[in-house]
Amino acid sequence: MTGLTGTGPLIRLALRRDRVILPIWILLLSVIPASTVKAYEQLYPTLADRMSLNNGTATNPSVAVLYGPAYDLTTPGGWIAWRYGLFIALFVALMAVFTVTRHTRAEEDTGRLELLGSAVVGRFAALTAGVVVAGGASVLIGVITSAGLVGAGLPAAGAFTLGLGIAGAGLVFTAIAGVTAQLTEYSRSANGLAICGIGVAFLVRAFGDSTASAHWVSWLSPLAWPQQAKPFIDDKGWVAPLAVVVAVVVAAVAYALVPRRDIGAGLFAGRPGPANAPRSLSSPFGLAWRLQRGSLLGWAIGFVVMGVIFGSLADGITGLIGNSEQVREIFARMGGTQGLVDAYLSAIVGLFGMLGAVYAVLATLRMRTEETAGHAEPVLAAGVSRYGWAASHLVFAVVGPAVLLVIAGVSAGLGHGVHAGDLGHQISHTLSASLVQLPAVWAVAAVAALLAGFLPQVSTPASWAVVGVAVVIALYGPAVGLAQAVLDVSPFVHVPKLQPGTDFNATPLLWLTGVTVVAAATGLFGFRRRDIG
Amino acid sequence: MTTAISVSGLVKTFGRTRALDGLDLTVRTGEVHGFLGPNGAGKSTTIRVLLGLMRADSGDASLLGGDPWRDATALHRRLAYVPGDVSLWPNLSGGEVIDLLGRLRGGLDQRRRADLLERFDLDPRKKGRTYSKGNRQKVALVAALSSDVELLIMDEPTSGLDPLMEAVFQECVREERQRGRTVLLSSHILAEVETLCDRVSIIRAGRAVETGTLADLRHLTRTSITAELAGPPNGIGDLAGVHDLVVEGNRVRFDVDTRELDSALRALSQSGVRSLTSQPPTLEELFLRHYQDAS
Repeated sequence: MTGLTGTGPLIRLALRRDRVILPIWILLLSVIPASTVKAYEQLYPTLADRMSLNNGTATNPSVAVLYGPAYDLTTPGGWIAWRYGLFIALFVALMAVFTVTRHTRAEEDTGRLELLGSAVVGRFAALTAGVVVAGGASVLIGVITSAGLVGAGLPAAGAFTLGLGIAGAGLVFTAIAGVTAQLTEYSRSANGLAICGIGVAFLVRAFGDSTASAHWVSWLSPLAWPQQAKPFIDDKGWVAPLAVVVAVVVAAVAYALVPRRDIGAGLFAGRPGPANAPRSLSSPFGLAWRLQRGSLLGWAIGFVVMGVIFGSLADGITGLIGNSEQVREIFARMGGTQGLVDAYLSAIVGLFGMLGAVYAVLATLRMRTEETAGHAEPVLAAGVSRYGWAASHLVFAVVGPAVLLVIAGVSAGLGHGVHAGDLGHQISHTLSASLVQLPAVWAVAAVAALLAGFLPQVSTPASWAVVGVAVVIALYGPAVGLAQAVLDVSPFVHVPKLQPGTDFNATPLLWLTGVTVVAAATGLFGFRRRDIG
Repeated sequence: MTTAISVSGLVKTFGRTRALDGLDLTVRTGEVHGFLGPNGAGKSTTIRVLLGLMRADSGDASLLGGDPWRDATALHRRLAYVPGDVSLWPNLSGGEVIDLLGRLRGGLDQRRRADLLERFDLDPRKKGRTYSKGNRQKVALVAALSSDVELLIMDEPTSGLDPLMEAVFQECVREERQRGRTVLLSSHILAEVETLCDRVSIIRAGRAVETGTLADLRHLTRTSITAELAGPPNGIGDLAGVHDLVVEGNRVRFDVDTRELDSALRALSQSGVRSLTSQPPTLEELFLRHYQDAS
């Protein structure tokens, strides 16, 4: 029996288990770029429109931090590469991580792999199956994206440079997830480690893309490669092969780690725990704290790093504007340097809010994972009320994002203030701008709680769909000219921008909080009345 | 109060499947009640309804004098539950789980906890994911048995335990009964049911098909008789309670309901008995009959 025996059946099993989720990922991600070619042509019909977009946006470094460098916005291809190159690569990376972990570490974690392992299945079969499925999906997304763009009338060379660049980023993170799946015992931490990797890659390129003297740093991040390949401009065809080489090297590490550990074990051996529970572990909240504190701590560290880095980039942004008279004029109209920095800060606190919503939904759905894992049953049969149990987890969805947004606001203010001076003012400004996001974050989490209460079977995918729709509408809706009624669906669209000279309007925050209270209360009511399990 | 659990006409459907179809069950206070039935008969569903984790579509259920759905929280402090498939938090040690569940119920007896850990030979320092199935089961058993409660509800609590631990378990259940506690024990292990249970209920396809003491049930079993007679048998085939009669010349073979045994033997002795073998009734046969029979 070789190490790969049984890979074929495992791949078929993986495809069968993912027959719904994988096609959704592939379709959604590969259809978006081509479908917006029309929007570009309608929004910017003349060359003059395109030139003014190019001069206004392409040179705005605060935009580069979030969306990547805009090399040429005068063609639909260049615009799409800038607007979607990074974003699609990011989501393909997430898809790859979740898929690899689901078919490797999660299978071991739940003991299912042991069942399969006793059948004729080689040592490397599960890893190979996970890598083949996630890598295959990445390549498919790349190819369909390219074909779609060609179909929309864009040049084939540029379309494939972009599509294969995106596929390459997916392949690298497939390999990275293959490694993290070997390192830890739990699928939750394997996913966490790999997503940390995605976060680091995002920050590295945010730094590179917004720092004039260090643009080369972006090359260290696979997420930047689709844009660095300059599709529709230079068409650097060697970027995709580079990604394949890097992916193979990283995957080799994963394969080298497999024989060094037992099935079910991580590379780091677990230690025995205490024989008695600490006093804190006496209530449903004590249990929820124990289960959620590690994740909250990890997110808090991530928010500190992100806040400081994004904050400290703010000051350097004005240095990127360049010397073109016309551009300087545009920025002067936007409020000068201060206006530019404010626009940048308002964009990054928006990002904090969206990431805070991801945490809040994770914390809310912990309720559901506890239930499906059979952990809720013994607790709910031991004198704990349904409301008490659910509330213990929901506390993290309410207080957790508040903590994270305070942390991000303060660290962004610190990072910015150290360069710009006037530390106290900067911190209070970024902190309040960050905290204003909170009602929108809560609203998203409350919808997840509502789903967990009434539609438990589909609550996990449906909640993530809600997050995805809210984020995509807020980030990309205005650029592709969506109707206001559609934009209004996303709670993030309603968050008031805290900019000097504009009046602060608290009404949308009250609305969002109202939606939160009603949705969460209804969700709890549904949870009290339904069957467990 | 003399009934700890009283269930009548319970119905629970999942989509098109009718998991409980008019189930009746009565458990008297202070008894160990065996709850038997083939896989998928509705045992776990009944227990979940009794625990208020599921809501029945119709029928009445009362537990320790309360409504299992409405008064769930208050009732849970007076009972302990051992699930059939114990799933532990991977990063909590066994000792932490035992303490947590005990404290949620309002405290546990530390002396009894220590005693049970020793008797079940369980290391409380191991993390949830490193326990074997049997050891996970022991964690749930120690948590339940060391709490001070009136009612124990156990769903196949000994699956995965080795014979030595099975003996310890039986000892513990006997102690619980001596303390006056009521036990509802769902089980497939006949020896366990025979030695522990005062009364049993057998359910199939969501309905109770038999209920009573073991003596009652034994009465429902059949004895197998093989006899060689002096002359041809007469009239045995016409007797009530005789099944699967085979006659080969002067030899007869048949099964007879235990309550009709006397009249069957009388009929045999009329023909003169040369030799007689009888196989005593076993509960196993009764269970198999109930488990296998279609509808």
